[in-house]
Amino acid sequence: MENIFNIFIKSIFIENMIFAYFLGMCSYLAVSKTLKTSIGLGVAVIFVMTVTVPVNYLINNYLLREGALSWLGESFATVDLSFLSFIMFIAVIASITQLVEMIVEKFSPALYNSLGIFLPLIAVNCAILGGSLFMQERDYETIGEATAFGVGSGIGWFLAIVAIAAIREKIRYSNIPKPLRGLGIAFIVTGLMAIAFMSFMGIKL
Amino acid sequence: MSTAKTEREPLFSAKTKKLLLGPLNKENPITVQVLGICSALAVTVKLEPAFVMALSVTIVTAMSNLTISALRNTIPPRIRIIVQLVVIAALVILVDQVLKAYMYDVSKQLSVFVGLIITNCILMGRLEAFAMANKPFDSFVDGIGNGVGYGIILIVVAFFRELLGSGTIWGFRVIPQAFYDMGYVNNGLMILPPAALFLVGIIIWIQRSKNPDLQEEN
Repeated sequence: MENIFNIFIKSIFIENMIFAYFLGMCSYLAVSKTLKTSIGLGVAVIFVMTVTVPVNYLINNYLLREGALSWLGESFATVDLSFLSFIMFIAVIASITQLVEMIVEKFSPALYNSLGIFLPLIAVNCAILGGSLFMQERDYETIGEATAFGVGSGIGWFLAIVAIAAIREKIRYSNIPKPLRGLGIAFIVTGLMAIAFMSFMGIKL
Repeated sequence: MSTAKTEREPLFSAKTKKLLLGPLNKENPITVQVLGICSALAVTVKLEPAFVMALSVTIVTAMSNLTISALRNTIPPRIRIIVQLVVIAALVILVDQVLKAYMYDVSKQLSVFVGLIITNCILMGRLEAFAMANKPFDSFVDGIGNGVGYGIILIVVAFFRELLGSGTIWGFRVIPQAFYDMGYVNNGLMILPPAALFLVGIIIWIQRSKNPDLQEEN
């Protein structure tokens, strides 16, 4: 249990998707112009990460990994399908986003209206696929750990996009050199925020 | 990389030249179109992985543009995203397997970022914006142009990060030992993630002061 909590905290602050790995930067820069839309996208990312990372964990462990197919019988024990993981993960992510979109539309039209346009965008958000690939690379032992990692990374991404959106809303009133306006200053502010987040690196978990 | 392109220019018409060279400056995928930043910055600590990454992305962009453009009239519009993803994923798996076979060290350094070429926005962006509406050869050239435009930024960032952060270029020591004896210290910040963001910010700054029409209002 302690281990799961550690992974959760670590993935939010220390190994933040944006500030340590630059994952999901495209939508992070494109959608962070207003606070409201970035909260919508952030919530959608948490949602999809929470579902896709455990599902991909199961697929990786019971279908793709070397020896994962041993539940089928002796002769399958040496099969290694891990080269298929990219295509499997992206297919799972694309279909789960579709599924989540349909479920949300059916049961919570209000949430759908606020998340609606962001859900399809998420299929090609690098943070989502990155989460699954990191899960595969780091070899989490139980599904609980993988889920904690998924939720934590999602929350970390949410924090990052909400923070930059709030800063960008205020920075509009500042006198920035003309060539640096918009994209340029967003990069530099993100760099400064990444330095701030690096102060968490000293925490030993 | 860019010198090889200029030698071959006379072979191309003015239009293909524009397709090839546009992304290097005014239509640069990273600094102007804001595509593909996701995996771009994390691989730029050293020059070698950055170069390999740039090469892989160029190959995948060019080949997926070619494939999708050749198939563009037979793909039903409703499922085009899935078709594009499958084509891209297949190409990325090929690149990943080749890297694992021939450049295992680099492949380990790039870790998940080879896989993340799949969700690199340059690919989907170019497929949607260009390959779905243009002939295969033009799309192929557009893919190469965008891949190289992406690669140039990667290589510039990686050059400065490696030079200032480790004092080496492509693994060779270029800052002489005498400097270190006099008290010169490598800039540790350059190895850390924020440095990449600052460098890209500065590149955007320089580029936009030269091209005022790229500047944003706010």
